[in-house]
Amino acid sequence: MPTATEIPRETERSSTFRHSFLVRITHWLTFLAFLALLVTGIEILISHPRFYWGETGNVNTPPLFTFHIPSSRSSVPTGYGYVLPDQNGWSRYLHFEAAWLLVFTGLVYLIYLFASGHLRRNLFPTREQRSFRAYTTRFANYFRRTPTGANELHRYNVLQRSSYLVVIFILFPLMIWTGLAMSPAFTAAFPATSSLLGGRQSARTIHLFLTFALVLFLIVHVTMVALNGFRARMRAMTLGTLKPDEPHDPLEPTTTKERP
Amino acid sequence: MNALTRRKLLTTGAAAVAGAAGLATAARLAEKYGLIPPDHGGIYGPGETLTYACQRILTSHRPMREFPRSMISTPFVSPYGKLPAAYHASRAHNFTDWRLTVDGLVTHPLSLSIADLRALAVRSQITEIACEEGWSYIAEWIGTPLSLVLREAGIKPEARFVPYFCIEDGLWDSLDMTEANHPGTLLTWGMNGGDIPVDYGAPLRLRVPRQIGYKSLKFLTRITATDSLKHFGKGLGSSSPEYGYAWYAGI
Repeated sequence: MPTATEIPRETERSSTFRHSFLVRITHWLTFLAFLALLVTGIEILISHPRFYWGETGNVNTPPLFTFHIPSSRSSVPTGYGYVLPDQNGWSRYLHFEAAWLLVFTGLVYLIYLFASGHLRRNLFPTREQRSFRAYTTRFANYFRRTPTGANELHRYNVLQRSSYLVVIFILFPLMIWTGLAMSPAFTAAFPATSSLLGGRQSARTIHLFLTFALVLFLIVHVTMVALNGFRARMRAMTLGTLKPDEPHDPLEPTTTKERP
Repeated sequence: MNALTRRKLLTTGAAAVAGAAGLATAARLAEKYGLIPPDHGGIYGPGETLTYACQRILTSHRPMREFPRSMISTPFVSPYGKLPAAYHASRAHNFTDWRLTVDGLVTHPLSLSIADLRALAVRSQITEIACEEGWSYIAEWIGTPLSLVLREAGIKPEARFVPYFCIEDGLWDSLDMTEANHPGTLLTWGMNGGDIPVDYGAPLRLRVPRQIGYKSLKFLTRITATDSLKHFGKGLGSSSPEYGYAWYAGI
């Protein structure tokens, strides 16, 4: 089965082909895993909403910062007169199970990225995009709400490409690294996993910062999808097709005319 | 049906069959090499089994993570339940009458006082205890390696798990032989140069430095050796899964 990117740009098709099957399935599996990791991560966080830097940290040591929220443990001083129910057991089970789903999905996706040329063709900035000016221009166009130019109808712009690359090659790998840096068994075998980050508590704090970065990405990503036609984008990422009369993604070949 | 979808159907079918066969083989091998945790059932079972199997393969023969004395940090008392009258009675005698029972699949069951343990072997380690909640501290732990006590009792080769019990009612746990025989797994009676304080598990705590803190049970009274965890509690390996927590706590 030819992937979307292998279809010549001017191919005539009644309904245009959008994201390849593999991209769509890995996208939603990643979303599912991320959602589970986020929810269970928050549940685990509220059992100790204090963050530290270095190797060790507990309520008897000064925190780097504290979330002033109720906790699920009575041993944490929160200022609230009540303790939330303990959800850590299933949260930890699900957190690690979802992490496995994410890792396997990520591996399949990475192999596809390199093997299919999707990375080189659609994610790595093109020659003309590799300049500081390309970034500032694209940012300026976003803020002025300039309509998408014809050259961007068929492909990701430089900001999209850069964001996806950062998420795929920096945020998720660092997330897995900082997660493993909190594992006493894994760090027993590979101590550098933790010590390179400054210690176990630093790893935990970075793990949280990375969560912020990924949530920020999710918010911007969904906002952009909504601004560009939520239904059409969802169809492109689920069914993989667009109706000819609908606004289309700037990624793939299409026979449709200009955006209405 | 056009050629493209038929090909897709065939390859998908072949992949599914190969996948199922691969999984069945993997399951048999995993069972043989002790890579399946006792709490492998339920919706979290696959994730738990993957974690346990991978960490066993990667970490079984690795040491623990140790720290210099300068990194010993402010400790924190993890909460524990109300201790029974027997505990306070023993405490009044400075725990001289405290006994650790060693039984099960051993040739000579033992009943050891803290002094007996001290006489057997003394090891100290500076390791971090990390709670599943997120906090941690580093302390010096002084005690007798569990593996030496098991050897002293003549543990039988068919033993596969070492369940351990404490004076708190209903609280128990178990280790696989890899963790039980690990030199870092310590029957701990001293901490930071002195006796271990009551809040930290006096007179005896099992330190499992390569797992999360809840495996390090305080107020230890009994260790046993078994070839199956089926008849201990609900057969899930420890009281933790009964409260919703994983038996294996390497992460």
